[in-house]
Amino acid sequence: MSTLATEPTAAAIAASPNAKIAKKILVLGATSGIAEATCRIWAAEGAQMFLVARNPEKLAAVAADLKLRGASYVGTAVADLDDTDKHAELLTHAVNSLTGMDIAYLAHGILGDQARGEQDFEHAAQIIYTNFLAPVSLLTWLANYCVQRHAGVLAVLSSVAGERGRKSNYIYASSKAGLTAFLSGLRNRVDREGVTVITIKPGPVNTSMTAHMNIRKADVKKVAATIVKAIDKRVDTLYVPIIFLPIMFIVRHIPERIFKKLNL
Amino acid sequence: MPHSVVDPQTAKAAPPAFESWGRYPRYDAKIVPLNWQCDFPGVLSGLETAALPVGLGRSYGDVCLLKDGNLLLTTGMDRLLDFDPATGILTAEAGVSLAQILDFAVPRGFFLPVTPGTKYVTLGGAIANDIHGKNHEAAGSFGNHVPSFELVRSDGSRRLCSPTENPDWFAATIGGMGLTGVITWAQLKLRPIVSRKIDYEGIQFHGIDEFLDLKQRYQHVEYTVSWVDCASTGRNFARGVFMLGEHSKDPGELKPSPEPKLSVPFDFPGFALNHTTVSLFNSVFFHKQMKAHVKTVQDYEPFFYPLDAVLHWNRGYGKRGLVQFQYAIPWQHAKEGTIEILREIAKSGLASFLAVLKAFGEIPSLGMMSFPQAGIMLALDFPIKPDLTFPLLKRLGDMTLEFGGRLYSAKDAAMTPAQFQAFYPQWRQFAQYRDPRLNSSFWERVTGGGSTL
Repeated sequence: MSTLATEPTAAAIAASPNAKIAKKILVLGATSGIAEATCRIWAAEGAQMFLVARNPEKLAAVAADLKLRGASYVGTAVADLDDTDKHAELLTHAVNSLTGMDIAYLAHGILGDQARGEQDFEHAAQIIYTNFLAPVSLLTWLANYCVQRHAGVLAVLSSVAGERGRKSNYIYASSKAGLTAFLSGLRNRVDREGVTVITIKPGPVNTSMTAHMNIRKADVKKVAATIVKAIDKRVDTLYVPIIFLPIMFIVRHIPERIFKKLNL
Repeated sequence: MPHSVVDPQTAKAAPPAFESWGRYPRYDAKIVPLNWQCDFPGVLSGLETAALPVGLGRSYGDVCLLKDGNLLLTTGMDRLLDFDPATGILTAEAGVSLAQILDFAVPRGFFLPVTPGTKYVTLGGAIANDIHGKNHEAAGSFGNHVPSFELVRSDGSRRLCSPTENPDWFAATIGGMGLTGVITWAQLKLRPIVSRKIDYEGIQFHGIDEFLDLKQRYQHVEYTVSWVDCASTGRNFARGVFMLGEHSKDPGELKPSPEPKLSVPFDFPGFALNHTTVSLFNSVFFHKQMKAHVKTVQDYEPFFYPLDAVLHWNRGYGKRGLVQFQYAIPWQHAKEGTIEILREIAKSGLASFLAVLKAFGEIPSLGMMSFPQAGIMLALDFPIKPDLTFPLLKRLGDMTLEFGGRLYSAKDAAMTPAQFQAFYPQWRQFAQYRDPRLNSSFWERVTGGGSTL
């Protein structure tokens, strides 16, 4: 883990008059398409951000951009979030450099290759590790941090795919289903401690990761604006775009004896 | 994050992936997004056909198309990287749009050094076509305000290009139509402003002599451009409105522009634009300014980007699309050439909605293949009527050549190879800088198949 941008410190900014309103946001997977679009909105609001991503070149470009767009502080760390042994050290460093944390935004994940995962358990396990186990490790630390302070928002990107496994992506879907269930239970535990857990379930969004999919996709800027609003309102679960709320209701209620025959 | 719900196999086929602004010609191509500076040339691996970096598709003809090839869509590479308020130099990734740059710059008291008639072009596209604006006489073309950029070639080599570093690559890439490599980031020297407002004047003129008089009288004004009626003959021949503007010196509010709301949602039927409707439009525009001389203060949006208020206005030309014709003729033959060509256009009855007349100044462009040269520039649209439009364009191109002028590649869909090679005799020298994996349908057309793949 290395810190790319350290000046000026969040503590120095906290001393400035506008600091009271500037949100302190930790972003995990900051170079993902949805995360970057969300961060641009927060930057324009003058937020203080700490960004974590794996690729140093991409992270540096995103950090420079967010600073110019108005973020009052941008700290960064390069880290592979699969490396759960380093999570405590990484998160400690992040909240220290932000001098606190109002929002943790978990946006990292991989689509993986379903066909490969059907033949190769290592690949299936990799998808589940990155999308489910790594967030569980991060959320365990972050939830305890927030519970101690009786404050904080944990906003996590799950997926509508996690509502029901389909043959075209059930490994990815099961990792997200596990994550959604974990978030539901975590919310049940920490809500009474003053901590908010937000499960964000996007449909297909037009980002680099879905570029190969020839399907109708939501505009990432609109999705990001919806996410920012939902976090401000402290909702529990967000379907975005909202049309996926009725769609997934139907998908969940198709009888299994019919569902198993469908090509989905 | 990926979230697939619909199986790609059963999903409806997507509409044509990428169109140029004239919507003619239309070619199938594969879209390959470049979202990061490090994506190129890695994305080329496994691709069997050539590629072309593209932006927002605001060039009119086929410079931004590659039939059955791969279009490297740069609009995801849109990060702002550095800004120095002391010098006004902004560094940004090449896919950032001029609209995004304005959103950043205007609230900070800065403006584009040169802007075309739309803000929906990318920084990389502005360099690759060495675009010009209403202040050409005062500022030259876009490339004159680009201190440096990075050029990445398909062999993986990266070059920092500036007037002093790799000057040959710098010159080849400015106006190089995206063929010399991928521009990953570029610097742009912004100019200070104190207000969004433009001090505007509009003056009617009748004929080219009056236009030239006005140009002479107002040569100290930064922005000048004229609208000219190409549909009228006789008494109204070459009537127009000479428009001039300068950034207001009264300090005013520097808020960002609102998002545009209007859009043409569907194609107009082909008959919507004919001689009668266009003549009517032209008369209304001419007389909108009832007085011979109007003086007012207006926001920069309607002054620079009157058509951006209606997104996809090009759909007004219907499915067949439009072609644009734009020449620059040097002063020696500028007046007679313009009169002859305007006569030919009026005679043809192939009316034009928008005809823009402007004088280009003396500041030389830095690009090897740049279009602007001192003299008169005329730009107009034609609806596509296959039997009539293309023979007319061939005649107009030959007349332009006869008067020592040249046509603008970024607007062209009709130049013949012989015309192009006469307009730009340096094309063979330029060809040495073309990246062997990059090509465009324009380049194939005007060089007679320049592809090496």
